Amino acid sequence: MKASASIVVVILGAVLIFCSFGFPPWGDPESAASRHVSPYYIEKSIDDTSVPNIVTAVLADYRGYDTMFETIVIFTAGIACIFLLRTRTRRRTDTRLYRHISTGITLRIEKGGKFPADSVDFERIDSVWVPYDLIVKTTCRLIVPFIQLFALYVIAHGHHSPGGGFQGGVILGAAMLLIAVAFDLRSAKRRLSEKTAAFLGTLGVVIYAGTGILCVLLDANYLDYSALAPLLGVDPITARSHGILIVEIGVGIAVMAVMVMLYYNISSAGRQDEGL
Amino acid sequence: MVASESMTIAYANYWVFVVLMLIGLYAVIAKKNLTKRVIGLNILQTAVILFYISIGVKQKATIPIIVHGHEASHAAIDASGYINPLPHVLMLTAIVVAVATLGVALALIIKIYQQYGTLEEDEILEKCRKANEQI
Amino acid sequence: MIWQIEFIIFTIVIILAVGAISVKDLLSAAILFGAYSFMMCLLWAIMGAVDVAFTEASVGAGISTVLFVAAVFRTTRRTKD
Repeated sequence: MKASASIVVVILGAVLIFCSFGFPPWGDPESAASRHVSPYYIEKSIDDTSVPNIVTAVLADYRGYDTMFETIVIFTAGIACIFLLRTRTRRRTDTRLYRHISTGITLRIEKGGKFPADSVDFERIDSVWVPYDLIVKTTCRLIVPFIQLFALYVIAHGHHSPGGGFQGGVILGAAMLLIAVAFDLRSAKRRLSEKTAAFLGTLGVVIYAGTGILCVLLDANYLDYSALAPLLGVDPITARSHGILIVEIGVGIAVMAVMVMLYYNISSAGRQDEGL
Repeated sequence: MVASESMTIAYANYWVFVVLMLIGLYAVIAKKNLTKRVIGLNILQTAVILFYISIGVKQKATIPIIVHGHEASHAAIDASGYINPLPHVLMLTAIVVAVATLGVALALIIKIYQQYGTLEEDEILEKCRKANEQI
Repeated sequence: MIWQIEFIIFTIVIILAVGAISVKDLLSAAILFGAYSFMMCLLWAIMGAVDVAFTEASVGAGISTVLFVAAVFRTTRRTKD
């Protein structure tokens, strides 16, 4: 199996390298990829939409349909992960571990014992016992607000710098994952529960598609943001810039929710009681 | 010497892309462990993204964010002063699709492990064959 | 587009890709894959694709590596080939 695979790979490599001599050389400004539509995008995008970042303008305005379906694709991946993995079966043993906070003693309470559920002196820890780590927890608790603030900056400043909705949404999701890894999965679920994450994912897709439908209701094409001009009170070119911002916010919310849903399901294999 | 060196620079990105893509393809075809196959799939995807990005490069051109965008004097924007933004847009969608595929693939791997107890392909096929013989 | 830096990063990327599919420990393969992802991000940033490099840095070197490590933790760490 490995020998035949190696032969196939080597023959394919030889054919592809032979074909690569027909390509234009690297960095050629007159190559075929740079000649038809992209000079129009480079020269005219700031006059049409007043957004200096050409990639954001093309992604959310000229090619807005593709970005809408890409948001739907990532939302579908989150739903598929829930369908594949999510179960409601408990673990076989009902043993829990608790730690007394002030002294650091760990208790293991077997089945049939009484759990100190809502007491402030005890905290529940995972089955894979780890020591109590003050530095990691305090540092993560200090850093997470700044990470979220940076993510919101990346979403909002996508017009003038590299960034945009997708990158900011991933960083927001990563902040939630940091809490889930530094503390435990239950703390993260207390802050952002599964139902809220699913609702936020749907909300993001609805914001994107709803903006398009709003443009249709105002007598223009689907996802033609210049129709929002009378609603926002600006001229049509600035209305396109604001429309790009609204759909980027929708994409960011959807992506954050899907990253959180993926992590919750994969790290706990569907049961969502303990994480990494 | 100068001719072959400039030819190396002119075509090097295509050769590196071919090598990376074939490393990923070999892992998908020939490896028996399922997690290695998923890693190979992701290497294949990033190599294709590298190919598209390297097509859009122009010499002596800057990144596709228009400088002094909001001043009044941006009348003459030269298309050869900025690199091609169209492959970047297409590849952003490709990266999103890659991470979505990775999430679903890892969920499938966990489900297979819960069902069969192993991730090697030959052992899984053995267990399937034995289960078929008992029916 | 400075071709000397790009050649060095090409070499590192190929070595990391071969390493990620050859090691016998799946946790090491996941971490090598994270390093490969980050080197690809640098490569694209040098080629001028700053948006794509930002996305790959956050997605590939962040979320992908964490999901791989979580999946390795829930399945098995050893492999035969």
